Amino acid sequence: MLVAATLAIFIAMILAIIRGVAGPTLYDRILAVNMFSTKTVLLISLLGFVMGRPEFLDIAIVYALINFISVIAVLRYSDTNQFKHTPANKLSTEKEP
Amino acid sequence: MINIVLLTLLVVVAIAIIRMKDLFAVAMLSGIYGLLSASFFVVMDAVDVAFTEAAVGAGISTLLLLVVISMTGRSENSTRHKPLLALLIVAITGGLLIYGTLDMPYFGAADAPIHSHVAPRYINDSMQEIGIPNIVTSVLASYRAFDTFGEVVVIFTAGIGVLALLSVVRRPEDSDNIASINDSMHEQHLVVRIVTKMLIPFILLFALYVQFHGDYGPGGGFQAGVIFASAIILYVMLFGLNTARKVINQTFIQLIAATGVLLYGCVGIASLLNGGNFFDYNVLANDPIAGQHLGILLIEWGVGCTVASVMLIIFFSFAARREVQQKNENQHDKNQELL
Amino acid sequence: MDIVINISSGLCLFTGSFLCISGGIGILRFPDFYTRMHAVGVTDTLGAGMILIGLMMHSTDFLVLAKLVMILLLTLLISPTTSHVLAKAALHNGLVPELTPDALDQTSLDLKKKGKTSSNP
Repeated sequence: MLVAATLAIFIAMILAIIRGVAGPTLYDRILAVNMFSTKTVLLISLLGFVMGRPEFLDIAIVYALINFISVIAVLRYSDTNQFKHTPANKLSTEKEP
Repeated sequence: MINIVLLTLLVVVAIAIIRMKDLFAVAMLSGIYGLLSASFFVVMDAVDVAFTEAAVGAGISTLLLLVVISMTGRSENSTRHKPLLALLIVAITGGLLIYGTLDMPYFGAADAPIHSHVAPRYINDSMQEIGIPNIVTSVLASYRAFDTFGEVVVIFTAGIGVLALLSVVRRPEDSDNIASINDSMHEQHLVVRIVTKMLIPFILLFALYVQFHGDYGPGGGFQAGVIFASAIILYVMLFGLNTARKVINQTFIQLIAATGVLLYGCVGIASLLNGGNFFDYNVLANDPIAGQHLGILLIEWGVGCTVASVMLIIFFSFAARREVQQKNENQHDKNQELL
Repeated sequence: MDIVINISSGLCLFTGSFLCISGGIGILRFPDFYTRMHAVGVTDTLGAGMILIGLMMHSTDFLVLAKLVMILLLTLLISPTTSHVLAKAALHNGLVPELTPDALDQTSLDLKKKGKTSSNP
């Protein structure tokens, strides 16, 4: 059962990567990264139990915290003009005059 | 089987990183890359390396990249010429390197010198000579303490380099705006601020746990320093640089960075003064095993201090630069409106 | 007793992985960013909770159980906050959700009142 759960989490990770590479807007990609990291926390915990090494849980805790900090960083550092959306082109790459 | 899938994903993400022009997406994808590497190490049963990769490669690197991208610009400049000569040189060098590795023994072969002489000695003798269960820590901190000293000095030098290039002189009138900035940001980010206030003590405590538990499980000075620094960085991001400077002084951080390296070096000199070799911990206490434990404790503490302070120095320098740049831009916009 | 633990843990793991996979399918098939965020935010938290509860029943040591409880509490605290943060950042930077025309007019009116629309230079 544990191995089946690991495989399921792995499939969910691959689906998240597909969205991460193909997402039209920037925020789709950030969402994909967020989902990927939550799944990694679960994957590492499950692998720890499958391989009989409960020390992996420390890595899972660190990874959950790092995920949180990265998403907060994205919020804080995308306040500049370069990240505003305009309806014409969804990825504006120049500063507004 | 799972190795092949992970490596394929790594290659796919690497190709996507190279081909994309949007630097923000590149930063996110490099976060995913660091994460895949950490999973790869977990699958190979290398726990300490996976820990460090998760904390540094997927955490701090993404943070610093995001800060820099918010300052420089969001898209890559398009190249104006095709660098064929560079491609040729890289291909020739790569080919020569691969040709050089054909003579080496296979990866994981049982009769390679490292597996028949070096590794068995560490694995067999580590428990008797040093007495801690985690062999990685005993190799890093005791058998190869000199290499780790070099690593700590390199990290310290990187901190000094960033300070020399990027430090910003603060003027006293900046501190007056703290209260007004804080109130305006509080409205906007209320939920996150409260959740962060609940999380930061936990993260700091976890960093201390990782630091001292490095003897028995994955952990040690490097990982603990990075986790500690990321807690303070979280505080800085949400409450503003000036408020964080009131909590932790810049001078204090620089002092701690130097003290970490000094502590590490002093342990070596103390063992010289007691009659042993440089970094020979057996002579530090009455009993060799107790001496080893004391030595490892002190140097891991030194490593943790230096790594945490240098990460904070680098982040504070970048954030201060960014604030100056944003203030100049606001001033520029205000002048343009007045015209 | 052993059988009970195995069956309930298996049930929790199965529910958790089903939720995670449906979250993954949701992120691929939903039409808009905000709807995808719904899929990810809801299924991530609940799926992670179920899987962690299923693992808790397998654990032997007290320290392992304590760490799993800690990961569960962290996930319950962090996942909803990151969804909120992302949605707020997207709305603040002008990404407009796909709505029917009447609802879209109302949304632009609300955004204009707050002073930030996507057509504002």
